[in-house]
Amino acid sequence: MMAIKRLLPGGWLSAYAFLYVAFLYLPVIFLPIFSINTAATPKFPLSGVTLKWYEDLPRTPALIDATWNSLIVGVSASVLSTVLGILAARSITRYRYPGRRAINGLIMAPLVLPEVIVAISMLLVMLQLGLSLSLFTVVLGHVLVCIPYSMTVLTSGFEGFDRSLEEASADLGESAFGTFRRVTLPMVMPAIISSLLVCFTISLDEFIIAFFLTGTEATLPIYIWGQLRFAAKLPGVLALGTLLLFASFLLMTIAEILRRRAASRTRNEGGLYA
Amino acid sequence: MPELSLAERPHQSERPQSERAMIEIRDVTRSYGAFKALDDASLTIKEGEFFSLLGPSGCGKTTLLRMIAGFDNPTSGSIAVGGQPMDGIPANRRPTNMVFQSYAIFPHLNVEQNVAYGLKRLKLQGDEERRRVEEALAQVSLTGLGKRGATELSGGQRQRVALARALVMRPKVLLLDEPLSALDKKLREQMQVELRRLQQAVGITFVLVTHDQYEALAMSDRIAVMFGGKIAQVASPKEIYQRPVNRQVADFLGGMNFVKAEIVEENGASLVLDTLGFGRVRTDKPKAFVRNGGQATLGIRPERLRVLWDNATAKFEVAGKVVERHYFGEITHLIVEIPGLEKPLSVTETNDFGADDIPVGAPIRLAYDPEALVAMAD
Repeated sequence: MMAIKRLLPGGWLSAYAFLYVAFLYLPVIFLPIFSINTAATPKFPLSGVTLKWYEDLPRTPALIDATWNSLIVGVSASVLSTVLGILAARSITRYRYPGRRAINGLIMAPLVLPEVIVAISMLLVMLQLGLSLSLFTVVLGHVLVCIPYSMTVLTSGFEGFDRSLEEASADLGESAFGTFRRVTLPMVMPAIISSLLVCFTISLDEFIIAFFLTGTEATLPIYIWGQLRFAAKLPGVLALGTLLLFASFLLMTIAEILRRRAASRTRNEGGLYA
Repeated sequence: MPELSLAERPHQSERPQSERAMIEIRDVTRSYGAFKALDDASLTIKEGEFFSLLGPSGCGKTTLLRMIAGFDNPTSGSIAVGGQPMDGIPANRRPTNMVFQSYAIFPHLNVEQNVAYGLKRLKLQGDEERRRVEEALAQVSLTGLGKRGATELSGGQRQRVALARALVMRPKVLLLDEPLSALDKKLREQMQVELRRLQQAVGITFVLVTHDQYEALAMSDRIAVMFGGKIAQVASPKEIYQRPVNRQVADFLGGMNFVKAEIVEENGASLVLDTLGFGRVRTDKPKAFVRNGGQATLGIRPERLRVLWDNATAKFEVAGKVVERHYFGEITHLIVEIPGLEKPLSVTETNDFGADDIPVGAPIRLAYDPEALVAMAD
């Protein structure tokens, strides 16, 4: 009896943890599995293993266009939102002023706003402004959703940046610009790169805002959405999806490693380990 | 007190003192709104001097140091370094270098790169830069650690890097902001000796900010004691300790017994005071003594009261009763009630003659030297 009691909590917890992870990742695992299936219908058992769906991808001009569009939007949106994020994160971590928390909250808010609503609102604003829908409007929309993520990464990198490091640089004769170039920038660089990667990944995968704000040019998720109408195109979509999945996973991992490095770097431990 | 023999400690008066002023602080006030972090402070620090700013936190000592470095500006008043007024001169163009409390070692650079940081701008010829970096590393006993990463250093090593990085610039003044506060006791005491030696060797004016009175006493040529944004006293360690100008200074620099006194006679050089416990005494009149009514305070350090054993007598003695005894290894701390005194006296006695065996409640006689009595106005 005692033995069972001792085992049970651990057993239940392990089972719970296993189900948890399965729930999170099982659907995602089907994607790569069916993408190497010879049959066009995603059904078990697999009829055979092939890479032909992957080989077909570069031979689809519409897909190449969509990839280019996604890259253009992703790079623009990540650079823009990271620049804006740097300015805001620097101000919020470095200075103390009234309304600092409120401003931080407002910047982070798009994270929890329903994306459909944001997309519709942006569409209305763009049309009111007389902007014709294009990749440019998609970039603007993506900047809006990326800034909260950029802020999160950057504030964790800037937080605890020991001001005395910049003072030490000035004390040793360096100008304000020289201090920025030789001390501030190298120290926060990992956080900046991390923010760029996170924003790029989000923009690459984002569908709703791109769907509302794009004109005739499709980004990758919109291209995928369009292809889903044709059953025969499904394996190609699965192959493309698998590639996107791995790209996102890789980029986010690098971003997280860099973010951690930045966070540990800015923390000047001084004499704590005396 | 750090346990160091006299031979080990570089003596205060070994190096000839220049009388030339290196730093001149004139009527400097720094206000933040209604709060005055520094209130009309004036001070002259001499060339080649080891000078300490001593006081509790919030007394304005760090504010003053940061204004000398150029990280902060006086609301009014002026600061000159090496005869040059510093008004409007930013930190990067001042002939001062600082050792920060957190050391502020650049974490993305190694030891060598940290030390060479300021030299890079000077664009030195040939291998002059490397030579100077090595010389600085040798001065702080870090030879061979140049390639070590900043994050792989111990607290003591970080402190040495911070020192080398500042010294390599050959500043006119080295500013040290609580440089030893993050180190453990043993390392701190070792670094006190090393810092003093280093200062003697390089001959640069050192200005140290500290809240540790023993640190200030052990290292400085002169000390400024500060309270609430004001400079209370500027003097040599010995004078600060033996002749504090008021109760606040006396209290901050270790234990002191205070006895109420009545001024009987006052003339140019001496005071005659009446006390209940010590009777009528004549003492030197401190330079800063300003009479405040008929009352004064007489102070005596606990170690200047000696226990009189058996039938020994002294010219000046007080008698009382032991009420408490505390054992501290090499010394014993006695609390002695003296008839007529409102507060019992603290006495520290070495244990050579058995002070640790004096029973509580026993009658006791204490000898003192009238020289050890300090008159204070408040």
